[in-house]
Amino acid sequence: MGKDMQQEVLIEVKDLCKYFRLSGKETLHAVEGLSFQVFRGETLGVVGESGCGKSTLGRCLVNLYDMTKGEVYYNGRNLKEYKKQPLKREFCQKVQMIFQNPYASLNPRMTIKEVVEEGIKLYHKTLDKAELEEKVVDLLKTVGLGKDHLSRFPHEFSGGQKQRIGVARALSVDPEFIVCDEPISALDVSIQAQVINMLKHMQKERNLTYMFIAHDLSVVKYISDRVIVMYLGTMVESAAAEELYESPIHPYTQALLSAIPVANPIAAREKEEIPIKGEITSPINPKPGCRFAGRCPHAKEVCRTVDPVLKEVKSGHMVACHLY
Amino acid sequence: MQEKMTDYILELKNVSFSFHTYGGVVKAVRDVSFSVRPGEILGIVGESGCGKSVTAQCILKLNPPKAGFFEGGSILYKGEDIVPKTNQEMRQIRGDEIGFVFQDPMTSLNPTMKVGKQIGEIIKKRKNITKQELRHQVIDVLEKVGITDPQRRLNQYPHELSGGMKQRVMIAMALIGNPKVIIADEPTTSLDVTIESQILKLFQKLSREFHISVILITHDLGVIAKLCDRVLVMYGGKILERASAEELFYKTAHPYTRGLLDSIATLETDKNAELRPIDGTPPDLFSPPIGCPFAARCEFGMNVCHKKMPDEVELSQEHKVCCWLQDKRAPRVEELFQKEWSNE
Amino acid sequence: MNNTEEIKDDDFQIIGKQLEQMESISRPALSYWEDAWRRIKKNRIAFFSLVLLGIYVLLAVFVPIFSPYDYAEQNSANLSAGISVQNWFGTDSLGRDLFVRVWMGARVSLTIGFFAALLNAVIGTLIGGISGYSGGKADMIIMRLVEVLYGIPNLIVTILVMLVIGRGVISLVIAMTIVGWIGSCRFIRGEILRLKEQDFVLAGKVLGVPAIVIIVKHLIPNVLGLIITNLTSAIPGAIFGEAFLSFIGLGVAPPTASWGILAKEGIKMLRVAPTQLLIPAFFICTTVLALNLLGDGLRDAFDPKLRGED
Repeated sequence: MGKDMQQEVLIEVKDLCKYFRLSGKETLHAVEGLSFQVFRGETLGVVGESGCGKSTLGRCLVNLYDMTKGEVYYNGRNLKEYKKQPLKREFCQKVQMIFQNPYASLNPRMTIKEVVEEGIKLYHKTLDKAELEEKVVDLLKTVGLGKDHLSRFPHEFSGGQKQRIGVARALSVDPEFIVCDEPISALDVSIQAQVINMLKHMQKERNLTYMFIAHDLSVVKYISDRVIVMYLGTMVESAAAEELYESPIHPYTQALLSAIPVANPIAAREKEEIPIKGEITSPINPKPGCRFAGRCPHAKEVCRTVDPVLKEVKSGHMVACHLY
Repeated sequence: MQEKMTDYILELKNVSFSFHTYGGVVKAVRDVSFSVRPGEILGIVGESGCGKSVTAQCILKLNPPKAGFFEGGSILYKGEDIVPKTNQEMRQIRGDEIGFVFQDPMTSLNPTMKVGKQIGEIIKKRKNITKQELRHQVIDVLEKVGITDPQRRLNQYPHELSGGMKQRVMIAMALIGNPKVIIADEPTTSLDVTIESQILKLFQKLSREFHISVILITHDLGVIAKLCDRVLVMYGGKILERASAEELFYKTAHPYTRGLLDSIATLETDKNAELRPIDGTPPDLFSPPIGCPFAARCEFGMNVCHKKMPDEVELSQEHKVCCWLQDKRAPRVEELFQKEWSNE
Repeated sequence: MNNTEEIKDDDFQIIGKQLEQMESISRPALSYWEDAWRRIKKNRIAFFSLVLLGIYVLLAVFVPIFSPYDYAEQNSANLSAGISVQNWFGTDSLGRDLFVRVWMGARVSLTIGFFAALLNAVIGTLIGGISGYSGGKADMIIMRLVEVLYGIPNLIVTILVMLVIGRGVISLVIAMTIVGWIGSCRFIRGEILRLKEQDFVLAGKVLGVPAIVIIVKHLIPNVLGLIITNLTSAIPGAIFGEAFLSFIGLGVAPPTASWGILAKEGIKMLRVAPTQLLIPAFFICTTVLALNLLGDGLRDAFDPKLRGED
């Protein structure tokens, strides 16, 4: 995606909040006040540590969760309208999801054919048996599996193969936007590359838009055009991938980048790490102020009392930090 | 570095370990030999199902007793074979001599017991010590693993601790008996990157300051690069390459190691270039191939690779590899093993 | 290691990756059910129980058809006879052939046991499934209702129902179902609650699969094994229930035979002819034992935790 190209906004997120009521007094603020856009044809990376709300965000965007506050527009139309038929039908064909755990994302009692054809059957009711099978075989071929796998059950496949089947299922309805929720974190490194290559290839071929959720910063850098960094439900920084990795602004992003393990002994041992104290705090009934203040080496008084607002410091580079 | 055999604290010699399952016998570890020096960090790297965890567990006989069994080999701890030891004797060794840190701290701690008590339990039974002494020892070990305010933490339950804290407690439990060796099975896999680096530093401290040998099992080459002195690369139940960390990364000799290094996306990876995965899937260990387990996925596979497992070839003092490409008759593909490193 | 094969120089030609042999799966495709069946066959105790139950069912079907005696035919010339060539299990105090009565009784007892358990499972699955899947308010209302029902002692409800609708096989089944479904309902609800958060169910929702299809195609097949196990373990309870009710005079009406009635009649003759009690008691015990052992076997066979992943 060239930068000067006229970019069409596919998804517009405005002040999205998702809270979970735990008990009378406790509310888990999984996602708090997120605003961003997703452009058609790009890959938007979302990184953050476990519990930062990135998966919740993904599930909100595919309409699995009801939002607590805020609006999301898909193709200019509010997501709430897509909850009911007949628009729901349209939405389900356009927006799909790939799940993290390949072992849990396929129904163990269904054959691979049944898994992949389920979506096709829903939206192409006129197809006869032979046409249906042909479509399924085509899909499996695009993810590198063959005809002899059709009648197999999920437990007979390796993790990587299962994830490829999950991709085939998502592609079965010809979507234009796919939320990839940590699609590779449960896979072995040599297999991760297979899945990433495939995702990239599909994107080129079918002009897909991705939201790629992951905690592996190296992979996110490789696959994404733009990246959002989340911390405890809030967005701390967002920028074009190259920009973010070369000149991170938020102290959390800096610490995160410095902690990436590098597969290169000399570089790894010489690399200077920015130490951050403690661990991610609880998102239950959070106090006002920057969520990262307690661990931040540069925290000031204002950080602990006032919520930082997202500011554009450079073109396309947004950061929520009182230091800037 | 010239060392005699007795300088090793732990030695595995031709260990084979298998499991009975419904589907038949799984040969999880096949003819594995390696040795651990005092105070070093030895990494074992490989993908899931390569036998690295089984290797670690069989040292302490932590595998389910009826299903898993030794098919051969010996494990020498301080020169003494511990394979024939009884459960009673093994209990002495676990904890006092060799500690074990599990992958998932969430499920390995007893949720109904206070942290301090859980740690104390381990030595209470064996050593006749007073309550005061016990408390002191527990506080000491908690301080050793970098837990702040240990007096307060003693009386907390596991669910009150964060993931990184729990892993520190697990390490404290492994340390309390003053072991000479700690085996850590994917100790940071379930942790976030910022916490991971804290825990890795702790292992480094244990090895450098307290001279404890650490066997670190991981699938993450980044962890290996950062921490390990020597590395074993396992695949299909066998060790394919062993080297010092530098040699493994900069003078890679096995196509599988090369494949692993190439397949990971790093911050330097060019966005427009394709990643280079290792095609295919690992071998079925119900009937492991007679030749090299990696042969079918290997770019440089030859007929001989399918026929016979190659012998280990010594490339340097620390660097050994099992690969037919090292044979005189094999074509030279050394140039394919060169990789650009940005810091060279 | 195979050293017999000779290594030649031309073996050192790079042939590259041999992936074909890899992506194809060598082991035969085994569905969940085939796999469970294989396990049951391997489990000797469970398999023996299954065979024994099969024999009982066959005898219950065929003995009354081919026997020279009728189960209700009295013979005053041959009262409380012992075991003989003519009457394999002897006769009862009215001179009826016990062999044919035992297997006639088996028909009644097994039918009641099976149908009561089946009905329990079906109703329980339906209500539990709906409750678990819909969640929220519907779930809360159903669960409170279930708790109220759970609080009433089973026996009282059963006895009341029997008194109101009269004695008979069908009323027995109804009476035992009215309270019996609660256990399976709670159990299924728990399972559905766990399953509906699984990724494959979410994937179905994202694809736009209608709720009813998700329940029928994704959720039920994944609890079916557990339902069957539960069903098997519920049959003995129902058989005992029938025997108990018949024993206290609330079950099926004579001259219909059931194992409970046979035992009741037998106990009167305990001093004269103990076989009249011991024989039906033996069949009640072995059937219940076999069903329980089979239930255990099924649990092991269906338990996903014991299934070898790779």
